[in-house]
Amino acid sequence: MTEVFTSVFILTSISLVLVLLLLIAEYFFANYGECTIDINKGERVLKVQGGNSLLRTLSETKLFLPSGCGGRGSCGTCKCKVVSGVGQVLPTEIPYLNPTELKENVRLACQVKVKQNVQIEVPEELLSVKEFETVIEKYVPLTHDIRGLRFKLPEGETVKFKAGQFVNLVSEPYGDVTESTSRAYSISSAPSDNKALELIIRLVPNGIVTTYVFEHLKEGAKAKLIGPYGEFFLRDSDREIICIAGGSGLAPIRSIVLDMIDRGISNRKCTFFFGAVNVRDVYYVDEFKALEAKHPWFKFVPALSGKEEGHGFERGLITDVVARHYGTLDNHEAYLCGSPGMIGACVKVLTGKGLPENRVFYDKFS
Amino acid sequence: MDIQAIHPLVILFAAITTNNILLTNFLGMCSFLAVSKELESSVGLGVAVIFVSTLTAPLCWAVNTWVLVPYQLEYLQYIVFIMVVAAFVQIVEMIIERVSETLYLTLGIFLPLITVNCCILGCILFLVIRQYTFWQSIAYGFGAGTGWAIAIVALAGIKERMKKRSKVIPELEGPGISLIITGIIAMAFVGFSGITKIN
Repeated sequence: MTEVFTSVFILTSISLVLVLLLLIAEYFFANYGECTIDINKGERVLKVQGGNSLLRTLSETKLFLPSGCGGRGSCGTCKCKVVSGVGQVLPTEIPYLNPTELKENVRLACQVKVKQNVQIEVPEELLSVKEFETVIEKYVPLTHDIRGLRFKLPEGETVKFKAGQFVNLVSEPYGDVTESTSRAYSISSAPSDNKALELIIRLVPNGIVTTYVFEHLKEGAKAKLIGPYGEFFLRDSDREIICIAGGSGLAPIRSIVLDMIDRGISNRKCTFFFGAVNVRDVYYVDEFKALEAKHPWFKFVPALSGKEEGHGFERGLITDVVARHYGTLDNHEAYLCGSPGMIGACVKVLTGKGLPENRVFYDKFS
Repeated sequence: MDIQAIHPLVILFAAITTNNILLTNFLGMCSFLAVSKELESSVGLGVAVIFVSTLTAPLCWAVNTWVLVPYQLEYLQYIVFIMVVAAFVQIVEMIIERVSETLYLTLGIFLPLITVNCCILGCILFLVIRQYTFWQSIAYGFGAGTGWAIAIVALAGIKERMKKRSKVIPELEGPGISLIITGIIAMAFVGFSGITKIN
């Protein structure tokens, strides 16, 4: 019996000594003290503890570079330009960097270690990407399968985004779903309303996050949002705007229209075509009708493709309604949001009427 | 013959030649085959193996002689040696990363590769089984590492030249031809046998 105890004791002591040595070594050698990370030439300066990878250090300060593999150096998405403060390119980075990137000091943030003061450059939008611990302030059924949610940001926090961008909503584990996961939803509120974010979420049968939203979220519940992201936003020009949306695709368009009002853009005509099947599928009609009455440049055209009659909306597929509305599209810009099928069909109609494809912007659900 | 009477330098010489850990015991084959494609990286790995084997040999000798043997815990040798080597390599890697970036890039990045290399563990187990003294252990560790390094550098050199001059049939390209070359080098090393004997 004593033999067993001695062996267990000796083995444990050896492990303990080794762990202790490792900790001491880490304290003396892997401890790089406080370093600063200068982002975009002084736009933001972070004081951080050195010794970890740039990606991890940044995410600890809530600056999220895109990362697919979680820092294992196997996806190459956490690229960022490092102006100074790190050594030469590591063999583990080379496979992911092309010659131009190598020349411009682009590095993989997950492989680069912060050991001294570092200067980096990241795209402007990423600086406003944050994680928000929000509370659901409003939870409204908009139709039988669409909910409107308003997420209140923590006291004192604000969000900066471009109308049309999206955020990721993080779902917690529930039922058989054991992992937390996230999905992207367009923001439907105006950028000026920066103390909260509104999303419009349509139930996807068996969808992990939408099921979570429909069955586990209610007013007062906590929810985590990460964002904003996305390249779908109003371009600066003086062209006439055509917006087309179906289902919950109304969200970014609503944000864009509200933003135009806030910014006083009244020299551009804007027509919003909203496609649905039946009367029970349309929502926010009163709000958009009110905007239409108040702002002469804005026009709201809901259209139903179902067999119902007597609703007073336009009838037919949204593509047909749009086609009926316009002749040649020579000075227009189109913003589309909806299912891939709807977008494909709309792009065809618009380009068929002479609209160059580079003036059609869309946000496809996928 | 009393093994502990052998001069450490003899053991060093024997470990490189007659008892080459790679060419006579065929230990450490996986990294040997994987990294021998380029001369430069094989030199790096070779130096890393010399470094680690030279330093872990006396370390494990000490742990064995002063801890495991007195408590009759020799059956824990494998697990204890692996732990000691892994922790040691980790610490060395941290130090190298801190001290010199050039050294880290040439040597440091190979260190994690050899933490679990069987030629390191093999070298340690040999010196324990043969009951070497402290100085003999250091000599054996250094010799075994050097022998391994010579073998991988030789193979990489041969392979680099073959890439330019010889035509290998496609079926044998890669590990196949490497094993054949290794066999031939091993046969050449048989020529050393008889010079000295350490086990």
